[in-house]
Amino acid sequence: MSASSKPKVALYWCASCGGCEETVVDLAEDILGLVEMVDIVLWPVAMDFKYKDIRAMADQSITATLLNGAIRSTEQEEMAHLLRRKSQFLIAYGSCAVSGGIPGLANQFPLEQILKFNYEQAPTLVNESRTRPQLKFREDGREVSLPALHQVVRSLDQVVEVDYYVPGCPPTPKITKAALGALLEGKLPPKGSVLAPDIALCDECPRKQTRPADLSFSQFKRPHQLLADPEVCFLAQGVVCMGPATRSGCGSQCASGNMPCTGCFGPTSRVRDQGLKVLSALCANVASKEESEINKVLAGVPDPIGSFYRYGLAKSLLRRKVDLPAADDAKAGL
Amino acid sequence: MNQPISQPAAAAAAWRPRLVAFFCNWCTYTAADLAGVSRLKYASNVRIIRLMCSGRVDPQFIVEAMAKGADGVLIGGCHPGDCHYVEGNYKMLRRFQMLKRTLKEMGIEPERVRLEWISAAEGEKVKRVVNELAEEVRKLGPLNLPQKAADWDKELAQLEEKIKAAEAEPVAA
Repeated sequence: MSASSKPKVALYWCASCGGCEETVVDLAEDILGLVEMVDIVLWPVAMDFKYKDIRAMADQSITATLLNGAIRSTEQEEMAHLLRRKSQFLIAYGSCAVSGGIPGLANQFPLEQILKFNYEQAPTLVNESRTRPQLKFREDGREVSLPALHQVVRSLDQVVEVDYYVPGCPPTPKITKAALGALLEGKLPPKGSVLAPDIALCDECPRKQTRPADLSFSQFKRPHQLLADPEVCFLAQGVVCMGPATRSGCGSQCASGNMPCTGCFGPTSRVRDQGLKVLSALCANVASKEESEINKVLAGVPDPIGSFYRYGLAKSLLRRKVDLPAADDAKAGL
Repeated sequence: MNQPISQPAAAAAAWRPRLVAFFCNWCTYTAADLAGVSRLKYASNVRIIRLMCSGRVDPQFIVEAMAKGADGVLIGGCHPGDCHYVEGNYKMLRRFQMLKRTLKEMGIEPERVRLEWISAAEGEKVKRVVNELAEEVRKLGPLNLPQKAADWDKELAQLEEKIKAAEAEPVAA
């Protein structure tokens, strides 16, 4: 790419599924405008760039880096540090970079258990020799290496300083465009802001009018256990909806598709721990006053961590199952 | 808070749990006052925080106390039917049931948290419950979450040093 005075933008991915990259593609024809306005200097998923070119750049010469994905491996950690150094603005893009996302749920298990399942026990697996990727491997006198996995899955801001957050799993094209626009025009809110409205999702939910003033749960149902009314508030139907504890800005896409909110936009700025906040809001409104009856209703949420912390476990108050080891004694293999 | 590693046995014997208690203004806090003016002696390692109602206890308060170093948390409210705000204690009871399950799944013994109904007349009960929880948590041992989080992040420090060293070197063209 020829040298120009256009602002430089980098797009990078860490522990993520690729969905965030998809959103950039979902900008559709707007992406052409973007390409005209900026020079993309790194975008591994779509274009061929080398890390060494980034290393050779002057510090802070990239205007903005949009980094998606949680930080799980040494390579991701190293790239986070490199891109932090080379960028004026580092943006945590998508739930995984913002708060650990789905990969953050791995913080409930020891690393060894995850590797054992994936390389030895998964029912779909054929691996009779039980081979696992090795950190180092020698062949023909050359040594090749792979990054190591950390014990803990982290959000981007648990590894390096982050300037702005764009939440969502994935972020919508609309808030992505707004964020890029704000960056390029220099109309930025205070550092550390989440670039989405600071109000709960219920505010923009099309079902808002049907939300009862007095919520009362006599049963919790999971989405596959009922034919949900497409017009009525999910909470009124006894379905766990994360809306009250989740930031708006997504355009209420899930509720519009007749599915409850699962919380991907994270909490508003007044809430420290999204999972505990929704636990508080939902459980307090169970109808019964008897302990055994209350527990029967609460059993309708069989996996509170997976339901309440689907995208935010790594960034929650506890971060990780507290009795897991800090280091693996047998650091052999990946 | 950090005991010397050289004398683990002595340190463990001397260790006293750090407890945080959230008491409602109308019943349990008044009972704690009563325990005080009645000169009842109970474990001194409890820090009492007065709230207007046990229904005001956000689960975030409980978990944040633990994340910042508490080994156990006690919540005190009015007896069922006696809540000054009619329903607050029931709200707490319902949250508490789910919170215990959540804590267990996150590796924290549910015995570290306790919810008790203590009326303004039950100074004696404040004494008993605080002492019981202090003893129970002492048996469970330190929770020490701040130290745990610091230990988890040691894996970051290792690589960070390497990266800093590499960054200090000039980049080969």
